[in-house]
Amino acid sequence: MNKIRTIIRKEWAEVFRNKMVVSVIIFLPLLFTAMMLAFLYFTTTSSSSADALAMELPEQFAALCGEGEELADCVTSYIMTQFLVMYIFVPLIIPINIAAYSVVGEKTHKSLEPLLATPISTMELLLGKMLAAVIPAVLATWGGFLIFVAGTVIITGGFSLIGTLLNVGWLAAILVLGPLLSVLSVCFCLMVSSRVNDPRVAEQISSVIILPVMVLLFGQIIGFLVFSSALAWLLSLVALILDAIMMFLCVQLFARESILTRWK
Amino acid sequence: MSDKAIVTENLSRRFGEILAVDQLSLTIAKGEVFGFLGPNGAGKTTTVRMLTALIAPSEGKAWVNGIALGRDDTAIRKSVGLLTETPGLYEQLSAARNLEIFAELYEVADVAGQVEKFLRMLGLWERRNDQAGTFSKGMRQKLAIARALLHEPAIVFLDEPTSGLDPASARLVRDFIKLLKAEGRTIVLCTHNLDEADQLCDRIGVFRTRMIEVGTPAELRRNLFGRRVAFHLAEPAEVYLPLVQSNPSVTEALAVENKLLLRLADPETENPGLVRALVQAGANVQFVGELRHSLEDVYLQLVKEDDNE
Repeated sequence: MNKIRTIIRKEWAEVFRNKMVVSVIIFLPLLFTAMMLAFLYFTTTSSSSADALAMELPEQFAALCGEGEELADCVTSYIMTQFLVMYIFVPLIIPINIAAYSVVGEKTHKSLEPLLATPISTMELLLGKMLAAVIPAVLATWGGFLIFVAGTVIITGGFSLIGTLLNVGWLAAILVLGPLLSVLSVCFCLMVSSRVNDPRVAEQISSVIILPVMVLLFGQIIGFLVFSSALAWLLSLVALILDAIMMFLCVQLFARESILTRWK
Repeated sequence: MSDKAIVTENLSRRFGEILAVDQLSLTIAKGEVFGFLGPNGAGKTTTVRMLTALIAPSEGKAWVNGIALGRDDTAIRKSVGLLTETPGLYEQLSAARNLEIFAELYEVADVAGQVEKFLRMLGLWERRNDQAGTFSKGMRQKLAIARALLHEPAIVFLDEPTSGLDPASARLVRDFIKLLKAEGRTIVLCTHNLDEADQLCDRIGVFRTRMIEVGTPAELRRNLFGRRVAFHLAEPAEVYLPLVQSNPSVTEALAVENKLLLRLADPETENPGLVRALVQAGANVQFVGELRHSLEDVYLQLVKEDDNE
């Protein structure tokens, strides 16, 4: 555990010296949050916008509107749920460049051999690198979500929508599914990073991981998927199993010998 | 096995079709400084990587600090220190932070104490808070050496420790290696610097995929060139050539101006008799000295012979 903590601190000491990486970690969730709050403000203060959106509300979602619920409230809830998917999506994007660089970066700086010469196991090394990428991404996303909740209360002038924001399904999605998807993304990036020789190639290949989650995002937007508590838990379970498989593969594919002898 | 730091038996390593190390059998005693000499691509780094449990051998066995390779590689890595060919420091981090990371990974009990000890020993204490990336090549190398020693390993592998250093830094590193030897550590030194190997190593292995020859620098010279002695005379030496050639202990004799150059099996025993014979024959012997071949001569001759095989 101490070695994992050492690796995390080492990674952070390096990563947080890079202003561009730090700004991505902080700026991306804030940007999404600001955009979503602006959009929410626009739709809740302009009745014509709400009406226009109500006309295009997917049937599957309209069916979820409560009996006697105002269509405008239903539309606002709908918009918010579209936004909330972003908080599952963001922790998956943020760590890509940190994780994609983490092994290949050490290869190119020739610092991997001294590191591998220490009595650290592959699991400890990769867990350290994984957590170093996941933790800032998840914390930044949760920070953005808290700002979004506070902004929503201010914009809607009360706590009427808090139930939508803080229902068990969305909380599970943001607090459990998001981090699990982040781990999945980082494991994939670490696998790529340990198999390529160029950090740019690692980042390009690693960005493929966002595609499956894009399906989730667009499925929600077009009404193909309606995010519910059951779906959140189901996806979390699937993500947990995939995380375990990916972590296993990540360790198995981290071929110390090949990494040391085949990179030039 | 208690007095042996490293033992290898027919240790080999292949990379696909390429045989990098072929049937290396070697014993290095505890406290010995052993030098690996060989051209680029000879398999020195591959051997070091096998012995530090970074890569596995294709064939053969080895024991490092009494632990068999492949049995408990983590224990082997804990008991050895490795200076890699390039320092591979975290350049954005301070010198002290670089060492702290490795001290923690090596589970050093007193991290701060060990970091301070080695930074002071290598003259880097005043620069401890500076980024490693701002260091000169010599300072980086010193920091990398400190990193390899933080956990006080019994065996230290140094791959080209003075490569690219200015003479003053190289001298400091060499003095430091002598200090490590004085502490009783076993040192495996890979180098191209033949003078350095001559100065530092108890034994040298001339290596090119396989071990060509092993011995002390003096043994290597003797085995290859025999022992040669120069007799400096006050007059031309040519006159005395038949006299020395008739002596059965002289295996080869050459006269060059005022010098007689003789190859002798045992100069300590044979020199007094030869001096006496020369003086009796009227020669004015000014002084007598042993001719020393440089290690470079030895190395080049061995590699040349290996080429011819």
